Amino acid sequence: MANKDQPDELERRRADLEKALAEKRPESRDGDEGKTKGDMAGVGQALRLSSEFIAGVGVGAALGWGIDHFAGTSPWGLIIFLLLGFGAGVLNVLRSSGQIAEFGVRSSQSGQNPEKK
Amino acid sequence: MANDPIHQFQISKWIPIEVGGLDFSFTNSSAFMVATVVAAGAFLFLTTSSRGLVPGRLQSISEMSYEFVASMLRDSAGSHGMRFFPFVFSIFMFVLMANLLGLFPYFFTVTSHIIVTFALALLVIGTVVVYGFLKHGFGFLKLFVPQGVPAVVVPLVVLIEIVSFLSRPVSLSVRLFANMLAGHITLKVFAGFVTSLSAFGVAGAAGAVLPLIMTVAITGLEFLVAFMQAYVFAVLTCMYLNDAVHPGH
Repeated sequence: MANKDQPDELERRRADLEKALAEKRPESRDGDEGKTKGDMAGVGQALRLSSEFIAGVGVGAALGWGIDHFAGTSPWGLIIFLLLGFGAGVLNVLRSSGQIAEFGVRSSQSGQNPEKK
Repeated sequence: MANDPIHQFQISKWIPIEVGGLDFSFTNSSAFMVATVVAAGAFLFLTTSSRGLVPGRLQSISEMSYEFVASMLRDSAGSHGMRFFPFVFSIFMFVLMANLLGLFPYFFTVTSHIIVTFALALLVIGTVVVYGFLKHGFGFLKLFVPQGVPAVVVPLVVLIEIVSFLSRPVSLSVRLFANMLAGHITLKVFAGFVTSLSAFGVAGAAGAVLPLIMTVAITGLEFLVAFMQAYVFAVLTCMYLNDAVHPGH
């Protein structure tokens, strides 16, 4: 019985999530390179997003390695900060593609700051 | 020079200078940085010296670049951010002029070296951090604590935000450097095909037309990239300065 219900339940929850995400997704990308149309914009965006992600992971790894080097906690610093860097990279990518609010600007408060986008 | 696409990025010492074991030599890179500053300064000075009420063609380019950067900064950092206008405008003109100068054949591209772009990015982030702490004291640290996050995950989120903040100068500099480096190497490789194909007689010369067309097209594209990267660098500078002016909203 429970097994039969599960797919429907999952389906429903997925539809809900889709709806919630669609509301949060920006109407149009406000990317910096969005003004040029066509292939060039795609390449530019790809370079931008990949550099954001790699920078996040790279900085996390470097921080972890540095902490290990000075505190002698090898390999825990590297492990933890590599994962944190991964998180930061994903955050950077979502931020620069306009899916998450910028630093400081939170969606719940966006009405209070007319100065910002 | 032959057919080596990397050769164009080599640093050569023009005037060796050494102070206390440190190398302060005047290199071709330094020469082109000086050329960039002189070219940008001379362009802005000469084109605006006539001060026509109805601007001529060149004068309106200067005025457009001023208004372009001014509106970019005002949009992202508000009127408080306008105190950084000289800073942002200098960075924009320097990067733009360096990118454009690099497109001349046999010229050295200053921004194709990561140390140069990283120094520029550190200057930006240093300004953000110093101004943020001077203006808001420890309130600047609120930048790293998002509101409306459950208390349990706050330490994790703060750590991620800090790593994300530290990765900004890296991605800012890597983007500019990688675009310029990749563009110039591509250009050189395609131009190299033209010479090596035309060594194979008539059929080779006929085939060389294809990479020649590519080279012309990529040169056009590089002009777009040169402007685009200067624009992106300036826009991101404005956005980071916005964090320094209004943190923790």
